[in-house]
Amino acid sequence: MTTMRRFLTKGWLSTYAFLYVVFLYLPVIFLPIFSVNTAATPKFPLSGFTLKWYEDLPRTPALLDAAWNSLVVGVSAAILSTVLGILAARSITRYRYPGRRAINGLIMAPLVLPEIIVAISLLLVLLQLGLSLSLFTVVLGHVLVCIPYSMTVLTAGFEGFDRSLEEASADLGESAFGTFRRVTLPMVAPAIISSLLVCFTISLDEFLIAFFLTGTEATLPIYIWGQLRFASKLPGVLALGTLLLAASFLLMTIAEILRRRAAKRTQNEGGLYA
Amino acid sequence: MTAAAEGSPAFGMTRARRNALLRSEPVQGFALISPTFLYALILLVLPILVVIAHSFWTQNYLTIDRTFTLENYRIALTEPIYRDLLWRSLYISLTVSLFTVVLAYPIAYFISFHGGRHKSLWLFLITIPFWTSYLLRVMSWKVILGYNGVLNSGLMGLGVIDEPSTALLYNSTAVIITLTHAWAAFAILPIFVSLEKVDRTLVEAAKDLGDGPIRSFLRVTLPLSAPGVISAALIVMIPTVGDYVTPKLVGGKDGVMIANAIQAQFGKASNWPLGAALSVTTMLIVTLIAGATVLILRAAQRLAR
Repeated sequence: MTTMRRFLTKGWLSTYAFLYVVFLYLPVIFLPIFSVNTAATPKFPLSGFTLKWYEDLPRTPALLDAAWNSLVVGVSAAILSTVLGILAARSITRYRYPGRRAINGLIMAPLVLPEIIVAISLLLVLLQLGLSLSLFTVVLGHVLVCIPYSMTVLTAGFEGFDRSLEEASADLGESAFGTFRRVTLPMVAPAIISSLLVCFTISLDEFLIAFFLTGTEATLPIYIWGQLRFASKLPGVLALGTLLLAASFLLMTIAEILRRRAAKRTQNEGGLYA
Repeated sequence: MTAAAEGSPAFGMTRARRNALLRSEPVQGFALISPTFLYALILLVLPILVVIAHSFWTQNYLTIDRTFTLENYRIALTEPIYRDLLWRSLYISLTVSLFTVVLAYPIAYFISFHGGRHKSLWLFLITIPFWTSYLLRVMSWKVILGYNGVLNSGLMGLGVIDEPSTALLYNSTAVIITLTHAWAAFAILPIFVSLEKVDRTLVEAAKDLGDGPIRSFLRVTLPLSAPGVISAALIVMIPTVGDYVTPKLVGGKDGVMIANAIQAQFGKASNWPLGAALSVTTMLIVTLIAGATVLILRAAQRLAR
């Protein structure tokens, strides 16, 4: 009787979980479906398979410029925020000092602030300082919103990191740099790469801050935003969107695998000595 | 590390003691975090202070008049257009957080209690769509709900409706649906984390003492997972109040939210102080509502026991 009832609740829950995942994925799946449809408007029934919308993409100079800008912004933001993230995560996980929690809270704050507030307050300050808006100002904004994610990935990777390994290395005569390169770095490398990928993906997909802080140069989301005004451009946007989706999926999957490997590595080492 | 680290930096510091202090844990830790801390101070705290300052100033064409005034706040709180936008933004964000939390709870429960070995796979499956571009996800809802869209053409193909419905897109319901979808994963994670912390032996004990599955859930599991529910509600509510993209793309005239008005003040309308006052008002109201939500949920948690 109880097993029967348990099976039933579990059955209901599994069905619900399945439907929920469908609800999560369904809207996203329409983009690739209609990006290979011959009709210019996305509606059923599908009219036929084509790759012409994809073929048109490389022939659009404005799009190529936007892709290049996105790449430049994404790589810069990923490197800067990961460097700042490493410093902060190392400090948080290794040292104890007053104000540690408050500082951590401040660094994580962009995660829970409405994006529009972050965007317009940065815009005001940059204009007051007389900085002209450019891809550089977009990078400044993106780093701010990427650091919390970088911190999350990196603190998970640094936690459980066994300090005695570093001390052993130092005792055995390694220099500080040698210890960092040969002991610390290999242990935390997966977390660092994971953070780089996560930050790059966030920057690649981020719209609002780029929209406010860019001058005349567009990133890919801004380019898409501009194209959305023209109904006839929709299939091309869907094709571009599909490529962006694929890139995000791929990067985040790699990042997740690396993040798990990092967590496992440090935990296993901790487990050995515990 | 060393004894000097604990001692106060006394007068007449010798070089050795100064070195020891520099090598002490708090100093090293703080030095390490200071670049990131300064970055957040200069690009987050300072800008927000500048916004607050602007909200008390006025603008004459291109020059900012720096005499203190509350006029912007009077406009933000009493002009019908801004008052209505604030109310609608609040209504939408509260509805969205209610929906996301209610829809997310069973999933988080399922993964935590019945996920078995596949827990992390489930979590990965649920979070991965949310790393894709927010703009693209909103765009796909536009494709689905549009006049010539997926839902209309699909329903017509099935013979459910005869002509496309205009009721699907460009209203606050479309905004609510889109935002509920967009923030789903953010609600699942905190609830999952708090459910993982629920001591399973307590649930067993409740059952042994004669509580049925529903009573033991209501009296043990649900109250113990309340912190997760609270943070899930907040993590969805705070950012959605200030959402700009969704109302702009699927909201139409009836789904405009406060962020669109703020943007207009920094763009076309070019009234920075008013835009700043609207931003500060939004932040204050969000903070108040967030505080109220925490208090109400805590009270409910106490009552449930």
